[in-house]
Amino acid sequence: MTKLPDAEILLPKLAAELKALVTPASAMIGLHTGGAWLAERLHPLLGLKDPLGLMDIAFYRDDYAKEGLKHDPKRTKIPFEVEGRDLLLVDDVLYTGRTVRAAMNELFDYGRPKSISLVVLADRGGRQLPIAAQHVGAQVEVPAGKRLRLKRAASGKLSLELEDAA
Amino acid sequence: MKLLIKGGRIVDPASGRDEVGDVFISDGKISGKKEKADQTIDAKGLVVAPGLIDLSARLREPGYEYKATLESEMDAAVAGGVTSLACPPDTDPPLDEPGLVDMLRRRAKVLARARVYPVGALTVKLAGERLTEMAELAEAGCVAFSQANAPLADTQVLWRAMQYAATFGFPVWLRTEDRSLAHGGVAHDGEVATRLGLPGIPAFAETIALGTLLQLVRATGTRVHVCRLSTAVAVEMIRAAKKEGLPVSCDVGIHHVHLSEMDLGYYDSHCRLEPPLRSQRDRDALAAGLADGTVDCAVSDHTPVDEDQKQMPFAEAEPGATGLELLLPLLLKWGAARKLPLAKTLARVTSDAARILGVQSGRIEAGLPADLVLFDPQQNWRVAPEMLRSQGKNTPFLGYELAGRVRKTIVAGNVVYDASGSA
Amino acid sequence: MPRSSPHNPQLNANGELQHLLSIEGLPREILVQILDTAEPFAGVTEREVKKVPLMRGKSVFNLFFEASTRTRTTFEIAAKRLSADVINLNVAVSSQTKGESLLDTVANLSAMQADVFVVRHGSSGAPYLIARHVKPHEHVINAGDGRHAHPTQGLLDLYTIRHYKKDFTRLTVAIVGDVLHSRVARSLIHGLTTLGVPEVRVIGPQTLLPAGVESLGVRVFHDMRSGLKDCDVVVMLRLQNERMNGALLPSAQEFFKHYGLTADKLALAKPDAIVMHPGPMNRGVEIDSSVADGPHSVILPQVTFGIAVRMAVMSIVASN
Repeated sequence: MTKLPDAEILLPKLAAELKALVTPASAMIGLHTGGAWLAERLHPLLGLKDPLGLMDIAFYRDDYAKEGLKHDPKRTKIPFEVEGRDLLLVDDVLYTGRTVRAAMNELFDYGRPKSISLVVLADRGGRQLPIAAQHVGAQVEVPAGKRLRLKRAASGKLSLELEDAA
Repeated sequence: MKLLIKGGRIVDPASGRDEVGDVFISDGKISGKKEKADQTIDAKGLVVAPGLIDLSARLREPGYEYKATLESEMDAAVAGGVTSLACPPDTDPPLDEPGLVDMLRRRAKVLARARVYPVGALTVKLAGERLTEMAELAEAGCVAFSQANAPLADTQVLWRAMQYAATFGFPVWLRTEDRSLAHGGVAHDGEVATRLGLPGIPAFAETIALGTLLQLVRATGTRVHVCRLSTAVAVEMIRAAKKEGLPVSCDVGIHHVHLSEMDLGYYDSHCRLEPPLRSQRDRDALAAGLADGTVDCAVSDHTPVDEDQKQMPFAEAEPGATGLELLLPLLLKWGAARKLPLAKTLARVTSDAARILGVQSGRIEAGLPADLVLFDPQQNWRVAPEMLRSQGKNTPFLGYELAGRVRKTIVAGNVVYDASGSA
Repeated sequence: MPRSSPHNPQLNANGELQHLLSIEGLPREILVQILDTAEPFAGVTEREVKKVPLMRGKSVFNLFFEASTRTRTTFEIAAKRLSADVINLNVAVSSQTKGESLLDTVANLSAMQADVFVVRHGSSGAPYLIARHVKPHEHVINAGDGRHAHPTQGLLDLYTIRHYKKDFTRLTVAIVGDVLHSRVARSLIHGLTTLGVPEVRVIGPQTLLPAGVESLGVRVFHDMRSGLKDCDVVVMLRLQNERMNGALLPSAQEFFKHYGLTADKLALAKPDAIVMHPGPMNRGVEIDSSVADGPHSVILPQVTFGIAVRMAVMSIVASN
């Protein structure tokens, strides 16, 4: 069984990497649910002037016709102007790239950012779209039939875990 | 032509006879003595009973031939074991002229199946304004006078019509429903109508009109048969009227003995009936009243409706249900539920109905017309459109499993229906 | 006669919402799912770009057998904000007058590849008939049938109540006026009882309350002042013009005097009570202008929430 990297060790490294790149125009958006947990931890470490944005891409998914609407979608809250910003888009795991595609579509309904960088804790490969992350905590190999998920304990501790793909 | 029905269980409600035996038929009549038969029917395991007499069956002729024809409905009648039926006057045009009545009787006679007894219109075009020529109509063959489901709102006209009918001794058959109270309603005014948002017809729409009618019976002495009771209070009122000695009788539609407003489900338009299906308490009172004889007869109130007219929102759907072929099994179901002897069960559609219709049939007795039904009381069958000969497939009982299937029907000594297909 | 209770025609074999025909008979979880889903849609309607691509390529047919510009418009906006194609059919003036049957009309439209039918019909139960005859991938949303139901209105009322009052389980809700003819009232009553509201009251003269209304789980008041006492939510119903003078009511004036919502009557409700109305309002008949435009009124937010709720309903049924 593959040994998974420790999220709590990856997190400060990722924060340090990002900190060096922060500009006055930088702002952060976390993707529900895992990306939002990660972003909530990263955001205070970077000293960004705007509050954190949270996004649920349920209404932008490309599998609605097949899979239907996700249960209990959350409200997207972006408490700053998107226009002209350098956005850090945060997700837990990068896989097919479809979530990021949906997130970018939704973002553009809020305005035209100057740039978008993708920040992920883990990149498990398997891309189906031409999408790459600029900031990656770790490359992780995931066995067939498994799914990589970020979990949050009651204490707030984050960890990467494997579960059976549905 | 001499016919022997051998080894059946003979059930004759009029005499209470219920025994295995043979029935001899000679020249269309029940014969008192054993004779050498030209033909023998083995009735082993079957009930041999008087043919059913249905006091309300719409044949849809003249005028509504697209819904059903005399031929299809007469087929349905004999397939249901019905050997005599009274047809209400709500044809198009209504049975308000002797010519129409005469034609209907002749057409029915040519078909040579069940006996047809037309009920004439009480008022011209059933409009509730002018009296029909009742004496002429009676001569043409009308056995009673009625408004069918058409309202007679003007009490003055009702009073005069009853007086006039009483003059000649004609019976008047009326359904009681106050027109203003029933106006626009399509379902019993109660919990279900409230839930489904259907305009209601209160129970007192029936009993207020019944109260008026009973007062007029007291005033005129007219023989009145009250059609299609639907409420518990009406059953009570009839019970009291009979006790008082008023010349009244009444019937109930067989659907109302079994179904209630609850059966409307999600707007089942097959349950759109006139009068509306009422509460379970009403239904229970009707079933009990039929058992104790307060309610004299059960009728099919057969109303074939084409599918297009039922595939509509509930309130817009045409009311009525097919019934000729369901009358016997539904009656047996009622009798079984109340644990009544078969003879008593069958009385409500044979000897009692004959009494109201004023005919000799409805009993198995030497010298009387040989109108008989042979049925298997145990045979189960599932109600499905293809099982019904009536052109109307509209019944709330579609999909139900019912017991009691007619094997042979005999009218005036002739086998007019044979389930094995040889009639 | 005992019959097996018929399968709830709104739900598919998995118990998911296939059609929305009535709030009655829907499990609590589905109501909550709709309200929860409406929440993020309300966020979408506050954005610069008020549109999401969720139902791109789907066709929503607004099938109005009874004219109602207002309701039709809210469904149209909701569908457009989901990126669906919207086709408005005012059937009241086309096929019905040509004698085409309801089911023929639906069959014809179905041949044009519909995904969702939004149906308004003057006859109670008509959407059930349509739902029984559409293809498995087609969905029916009841936009008001006769006196029976107006489930999306009921849901937007529930959404509004939840928005302002959070917890259903300690509320007293009064519904005032013409309950007899009101599909809005029936839908709301079922929704409130399903979500655990302990006291639902109906207030009106006997002529405007249906037979056996208590069987819906409500308390009946004929006196408005006692009925409004300590209420958290007051829902005023519209009184149709044609019912103001006749056998049901003598006059609009007398109705207003006894059942119109005025500031002094509202003072009997809780200090933070909210006032709702499904619209369109008859000012001075069922509600006084000072109340309709006053601080307790949430009548305009209701309209806004209505779009989000209809977006939620469409996107949920079309995905099942």
